[in-house]
Amino acid sequence: MGESLFNKVWDLHAVRELPTGQTQLFIGLHLVHEVTSPQGFQMLHDADLGVLCPERTFATVDHIVPTDTHARPLADGLAEQMLQALERNAKRHGIEFFDIGSGDQGIVHVIGPEQGLTQPGMTIACGDSHTSTHGAFGAVAFGIGTTQVRDVLATQCLALARPAVRRVEVDGPLGPGVYAKDVVLHVIRVLGIQGGVGYAYEFAGSTFDAMSMEERMTVCNMAIEGGARVGYVNPDETTFDFLRGRPHAPAGDDFENAIGWWRSMASDADAPYDDRVAIDARQIGPTVTWGINPGQSVGVDETLPALSEFPDGDRATAEEAYGHMGLRPGDKILGTKIDVAFIGSCTNSRLSDLREAARVVRGRSVAPGVRALVVPGSEAIKREAEQEGLHEVFRAAGFEWREAGCSMCLAMNPDKLVGNELCASSSNRNFKGRQGSPTGRTLLMSPAMVAAAAVGGRVADVRDL
Amino acid sequence: MSSEVEKIERREGRGIVVRGDDIDTDRVIPARYMKSISFAGLEEFVFADARRAQDGTPKDHPFNEARFEGASILVVNKNFGCGSSREHAPQALMRWGIRAIVGESFAEIFAGNCTAIGLPAVTAAGDDVAALMDVVELDPASPVVVDLTAGKLTSRAGSAPITMPAGARGQLLDGSWDAMRTLLAARDEIERKAGSLPYPGNFPAR
Ligand code: SF4
Repeated sequence: MGESLFNKVWDLHAVRELPTGQTQLFIGLHLVHEVTSPQGFQMLHDADLGVLCPERTFATVDHIVPTDTHARPLADGLAEQMLQALERNAKRHGIEFFDIGSGDQGIVHVIGPEQGLTQPGMTIACGDSHTSTHGAFGAVAFGIGTTQVRDVLATQCLALARPAVRRVEVDGPLGPGVYAKDVVLHVIRVLGIQGGVGYAYEFAGSTFDAMSMEERMTVCNMAIEGGARVGYVNPDETTFDFLRGRPHAPAGDDFENAIGWWRSMASDADAPYDDRVAIDARQIGPTVTWGINPGQSVGVDETLPALSEFPDGDRATAEEAYGHMGLRPGDKILGTKIDVAFIGSCTNSRLSDLREAARVVRGRSVAPGVRALVVPGSEAIKREAEQEGLHEVFRAAGFEWREAGCSMCLAMNPDKLVGNELCASSSNRNFKGRQGSPTGRTLLMSPAMVAAAAVGGRVADVRDL
Repeated sequence: MSSEVEKIERREGRGIVVRGDDIDTDRVIPARYMKSISFAGLEEFVFADARRAQDGTPKDHPFNEARFEGASILVVNKNFGCGSSREHAPQALMRWGIRAIVGESFAEIFAGNCTAIGLPAVTAAGDDVAALMDVVELDPASPVVVDLTAGKLTSRAGSAPITMPAGARGQLLDGSWDAMRTLLAARDEIERKAGSLPYPGNFPAR
């Protein structure tokens, strides 16, 4: 009997079983950012301890950086203080820090893979729920809280209960104008935002096999929005091709040997699963959220559901969502007027995302009255995009072209919605207040769909452009 | 950090009710209040956007109501704490005075964070949560007891079973919820594990 990648990786990293029945799990790679780490470092210092494995710890700054300019000191004193704290902590403990201006700074979940740090067969932790992104490489990667950040700093381990594994099989080709974002929004719509609690999601099937690494990252990024702390795709040639030549990936013979090991960590054909679901990719169209959680979505050509269509347990949340969004059951999402268009975030700020959005935008203009911005996920992506001239395409159309950071995904920086502005966003969360205004409203969609909405000033079907 | 082992077997106090499913951690503590290098003072911003209008005027919210002042047992519905992994959320609740949370269900990272800071998050059946919510709202001064040892919740509504993941419950009961010391006790095994992993190249420096 074979085994799933998840269980192979878990067993390999198990240090011991704890008296509570939990596993003491060794963490192969620890990624650190400025928001969830300062208190963790402080607790470490209070306990008079150091970082056990600084060579397995890497830091960047993303949430609080302004994207209009990276000039120091940051205009916001609190932000500057957080950045300095991380600089101090990284220096004190010998942690490699991808600081702003280094050429390598970016959103933590963008730069891990970009640097070749994220590799198959690893356990990866970070004080951030979207750490699931790294599962795209066949790693077991998950978000943790700050006390657990301290635990990993001090011990390179966590005390965790082993989750069950659900294989989410999506098969078939994607139609034109349908992207990885639509696939994962659809999966969440089908399985629910709480459906993945207690599970690791293995994303398998021909649809994921055909995806690029960037697309797989988009999917795994949002596993947590479906309640699954871990989401992963088995490593294959696409994975290896992406990693070859990356700064922190193995080089030369090491790399060729690595491929053998990485392959051996993939799920076996006869691996058992605790649960399986199958989804037909042909059913998936461009998808847009209309509510206040990522499960409240519809196909762009559908009307918004009647309250009677919701199961009893979901109706109150749906009502609250309609109230907050100013939308009504039976409304069409298509044609909904937008105020802001945001292309960015660890879900969709990679080069291929920017290319797709630029393709839509080229030769068109942002609709009057719409504020539109493109925020590359890393300094490297920004450079590459500029080499291709994408920034000119966006600028010519009336988009702002920004420095790398989390930007308006969560608005811990100057990029925020104002009042009840409605934002077409390529990010991952449409929670109330998420984009910086308590009454702000978010419609999640693919970057191409955001671009289409920006030029039309209204939610549009990218297939019509 | 305390080096004392605190076993958490039971919490007793007055209740406070926050109704609604899928209350995410952005709502418990909006991101803009996380701009700090410490957790101190977070209690002030718990449920900030739900409690105050943008001009600062208080809105109707349980955390604003005098009758719930001094409450320590928070009662919630389904999927509480979904979204962001920010420990700021349970920290803000705990610093406000919450000592246990009873709900229909919790998001996983949130529940893990609660355990790590010694804040039991226990689940009860929908009907039992509904009954508890009703009695707490009716008589906020009445005591609520969360008994982890017995796996039982007691209030004016009577007694009801509670559950939580076995490992987390074990950590609270045996005082190993602050896991760092426990983990570090296996230092030799950790080093052996680190040395034996077949990671190729082990992050070559550039
Ligand atoms: S881009 Fe958004 S979701 Fe991703 S790490 Fe930054 S704030 Fe979190």
